[in-house]
Amino acid sequence: MTVSVEPTSVEAGETVSTQALRPHAEDAFAHELAALAAQDDRPRPARWKLSPWAVATYLLGGTLPDGTVISPKYVGPRRIVEVAVTTLATDRALLLLGVPGTAKTWVSEHLAAAVSGDSTLLVQGTAGTPEEAIRYGWNYAQLLAHGPSRDALVPSPVMRAMAEGMTARVEELTRIPADVQDTLITILSEKTLPIPELGQEVQAVRGFNLIATANDRDRGVNDLSSALRRRFNTVVLPLPESAEAEVDIVSRRVDQIGRSLDLPAAPDGLAEIRRVVTVFRELRAGVTADGRTKLKSPSGTLSTAEAISVVTNGLALAAHFGDGVLRPGDVAAGILGAVVRDPAADRVIWQEYLETVVRERDGWKDFYRACREVSG
Amino acid sequence: MTGEARAADERDGRGREVTVGEKAVGRRAGSGPVLLGVRHHGPGSARAVRAALEEVRPGVVLIEGPPEADALIPLAADEEMRPPVALLAHAVDEPGRSAFWPLAAFSPEWVALRWALEHDVPARFIDLPATHTLAWGRQEDEAATEGERPLDAQEAAADDTGAEPADSADPADSPDTADAADPADLRIDPLGVLAEAAGYDDPERWWEDVVEHRDAGEGDALAPFTALEEAMGALREAYGSGGHDRDLVREAYMRLQVRAAQREFEDGVAVVCGAWHVPALRQKTTVAADKALLKGLPRVKTDMTWVPWTHRRLSRTSGYGAGIDSPGWYGHLFSAPDRPVERWLTKVAGLLREEDRIVSSAHVIEAVRLAETLAAMRGRPLPGLSETTDAVRAVMCEGSDVPLALVRDRLVVGDVLGEVPPSAPAVPLQRDLTALQRRLRLKPEALERELELDLRKDNDAARSRLLHRLRLLGIAWGEPAASRGSTGTFRETWRLRWEPELSVRVAEAGVWGTTVLSAATAKAEADAVTAEALADVTALAERCLLAELPDALPTVMRVLADRAALDTDVGHLAQALPALVRSLRYGDVRGTHTGALAEVAAGLAERVFVGLPPACAALDADAAEEMRRHVDAVHGAVGLLGDAPATGHGRLRSRWQSVLRVLSGRDTVPGVIRGRAVRLLLDDGELAQGEAAVLMGLVLSPGTPPADAAAWIEGFVGGGSGGGMLLVHDERLLALVDAWLTGVPAEAFTDVLPLLRRTFSAYEPGVRRTLGELVRRGPGAGSGATAAGAGIPGFAADLDTARADAVLPVVRLLLGLDDVDENTNNDLAGVTG
Repeated sequence: MTVSVEPTSVEAGETVSTQALRPHAEDAFAHELAALAAQDDRPRPARWKLSPWAVATYLLGGTLPDGTVISPKYVGPRRIVEVAVTTLATDRALLLLGVPGTAKTWVSEHLAAAVSGDSTLLVQGTAGTPEEAIRYGWNYAQLLAHGPSRDALVPSPVMRAMAEGMTARVEELTRIPADVQDTLITILSEKTLPIPELGQEVQAVRGFNLIATANDRDRGVNDLSSALRRRFNTVVLPLPESAEAEVDIVSRRVDQIGRSLDLPAAPDGLAEIRRVVTVFRELRAGVTADGRTKLKSPSGTLSTAEAISVVTNGLALAAHFGDGVLRPGDVAAGILGAVVRDPAADRVIWQEYLETVVRERDGWKDFYRACREVSG
Repeated sequence: MTGEARAADERDGRGREVTVGEKAVGRRAGSGPVLLGVRHHGPGSARAVRAALEEVRPGVVLIEGPPEADALIPLAADEEMRPPVALLAHAVDEPGRSAFWPLAAFSPEWVALRWALEHDVPARFIDLPATHTLAWGRQEDEAATEGERPLDAQEAAADDTGAEPADSADPADSPDTADAADPADLRIDPLGVLAEAAGYDDPERWWEDVVEHRDAGEGDALAPFTALEEAMGALREAYGSGGHDRDLVREAYMRLQVRAAQREFEDGVAVVCGAWHVPALRQKTTVAADKALLKGLPRVKTDMTWVPWTHRRLSRTSGYGAGIDSPGWYGHLFSAPDRPVERWLTKVAGLLREEDRIVSSAHVIEAVRLAETLAAMRGRPLPGLSETTDAVRAVMCEGSDVPLALVRDRLVVGDVLGEVPPSAPAVPLQRDLTALQRRLRLKPEALERELELDLRKDNDAARSRLLHRLRLLGIAWGEPAASRGSTGTFRETWRLRWEPELSVRVAEAGVWGTTVLSAATAKAEADAVTAEALADVTALAERCLLAELPDALPTVMRVLADRAALDTDVGHLAQALPALVRSLRYGDVRGTHTGALAEVAAGLAERVFVGLPPACAALDADAAEEMRRHVDAVHGAVGLLGDAPATGHGRLRSRWQSVLRVLSGRDTVPGVIRGRAVRLLLDDGELAQGEAAVLMGLVLSPGTPPADAAAWIEGFVGGGSGGGMLLVHDERLLALVDAWLTGVPAEAFTDVLPLLRRTFSAYEPGVRRTLGELVRRGPGAGSGATAAGAGIPGFAADLDTARADAVLPVVRLLLGLDDVDENTNNDLAGVTG
């Protein structure tokens, strides 16, 4: 007992962040942020730690005049990062949209870290997120003992960000019930948060802004009201642009996951990964890789993250039930599950794809057969 | 005078202008012609040209362009002339050989032209005459046909002729055909070099920042031209002609013209030309040297006219390649009096509102702020198209590219259509049509008359093609009429009538091309892209075959394949398939190459196969009846298609049969379709008689609701030809039907009766009577043959060879098989048996 308690009681203060399973962006990349701040001589908006240009450089990567290398945090179109940073600089709220696995949260965390030096003012949106999480709550012991006062008030991350001129983050905005979402409207348009119980208000200090992320496949669940939508500039984070980039991401992630699951490395997996990525990309884009045949797109998202799980699943199948080599049969069932989400419409789309594209393709015979088998 | 000395001189002039004013003009004019180097479609250049002309007030304006068009210049002032328009030069005896010089309202050349006309100053075109440039193109084509060049280069050269002087993708100049002809002939992109030197990766953006977005009206109107000239001078020093070898000839011609104008007008000469040419025009060469360069140029008799142009064609995407991405944006920059970004975003908001998107003024305000901040962050002087587009996407379109595509199509490119006064010379299309009419002896007459064409005759086939092509172009000279008497595919009847307004139609169609063939091809391609329904595209494919437009077919087929892939309604696909198969066979009759068509038809069939079974589930009676017709249509089409060659689709027929099997066995499929599927399989010999009987017994068993069973019967025996005959001859099936009918309970019988009546009343009286007699004789009567089991019902178990042999000579005679070998003989025996 005592042995296990010992280390945690000793490790305190600063060292916690280095011990953390996943340190915050501002801690993990503190040296890059410091180097950027030192070199940055461009004008900074009020309470920004860096100039917009330096924030963009922090996200996209580059080499500073003194030779410090800034690692790229986001690999994708430069335009997206520029628009996002500029949006924050014009004190408009930023809404990052995208299918799962397009680095929305990652980008929002790094933006907050670079702009305000603090990425922890975070509201996690769920179906049960209450209004208090966005406005303020009460410390009921205090409230009962001393009546309503500022001391009894428990500020939300958003309120703190307003008071201190920082960047607040709201994750999964569209999962928050619509009535709770709407509390953001006053905050974003009037830049103030009234506290009627005290007859006071908290006015946002210059430098306050808000980054929200939302999954654009969830549209219609708790769709943003147009009043709220109007307060945001929207940036859609796209899926990887080229097949090569996506194959790269998938194989790297699969490798990491596979190692953590202690799966034996598949010697010949790359060909199958390429195939999975090709199938996903083609169905997603609604056009074959050679750009010659149009296809219908199924209702599923078919994101890179799903491709990764299909391949990981296939690897597990191959390792435990197969001969250890990733074969078409190992991924076919996973692909079918990812593609056919709506049993009626998607099945037709999938079979059409099999018959018109896969069957004709050179070297895809075994894959076609495997898919036919599982498709029934 | 060296370049440096002149630059100093110019600066000197500029300095004086500020202090001395008036005199500066004279001073500058004295230094030689005023050379205004421009980008061919640059609003900034256009503005600068206007400002410079206002300031210099030259006595004559010389413009880069074909001098044959000099006579057409006054038309530019015509009230009915509305840019974008293009100067069209074409070879008189070969209308297909042509070149365009497109001019938009924001083209510097157009601005110069209008300025000259407004101020009563003579304007002249000074480029090398089109008579030579067109002849160059011809020479290359001839060389190509001699096999000196690979095929693709030859095509490129031919294509390029049309676009040649029009193309100003590099703003400094227009490339010429030599480029396509000789791949080794590397050419530099002058702007690319300058932009790279300035640290830009995109030359267009650099040019926009440095020239087009420059604030006009401040300082010396000539200063930008001087700066640009210096830059271009440096480039030309480094790169010479930069691979644009023919430019040297063109520039020699231009120099001669400038000299002639100087002799005539002394000092007041202003020249508007591509910036790339400016240093060359400044160059001092001897008249003799220039004339030597121009010696022995080939020539061809040419004709010029104005034709209406569109913004879409100015845009790079449409293949004509006047070389600008965003004519609508440039037009806006040129026409907006001030605050271009605010006005642009207001325009975008207006468009999005028309399309029922909620866009408020607050959106516009935010978009302007975002665009301006973005421009500042990217270090640009003013928000350009990319900044405003990013702002529109983020603020007004919720990050989506879909509404943005609309903005791009309607505003950034734009739908502006130019107009040309009727007094402009006739378009080459009219000439081509006249020539064709003469050659085919088909006179345009106002009197309506009927024309019978026998497509087996060459002349008639050509007439048919001409009429079909004109119809595609919207020139309704002939209307197809129903053939009297013969229905053969080689016969066509037309009703001809030439209305005077058709001449106007011809002039309008001139936009599409210079010959009937090329215009019809271009029109068909454009129609395919804009067609709404799948059936429209199939109809278009059919018309392309009739009009023999092989060049349009690939586009039409691509569009068709795309539409088919995205259409989720199997009904549409099933409807399109027969038309397509029909054109396939028709194409065969005419000897057209139909490989692509067969490919698409096979693909379409595949999609129908996949989509049909789910589409047949849960249909009401009417929908089921419609779907049954689709099944019939597809069956017929597959039967025809089965013979057509299509790589990779060899087993279409067998796959269709397996689809039919699925249909016949699925309970959710309506009875009428199931019955039909069984029948079709039976007819194809895919289903043994016994199996059919089992299926029928299953469906007609007492457990099935009577209405469903009756529908099955209707599908099985109704419709088509000879439905009843099957029952007459297949006594077992008749016995099944009979047994089922007598087993129907009395109360249900009234439900079934209308359906049965509908089916059986369609039979011919004779068939009905025979059936009635068979039924009266009772089930099983005369079924001795079926008792043997092996033979086909209604026939003896074995062949009566003697009787079969007796038929053979006649069959041989009919089929023209005099030397029938043993195999065929057996087949025939099988058939007759």
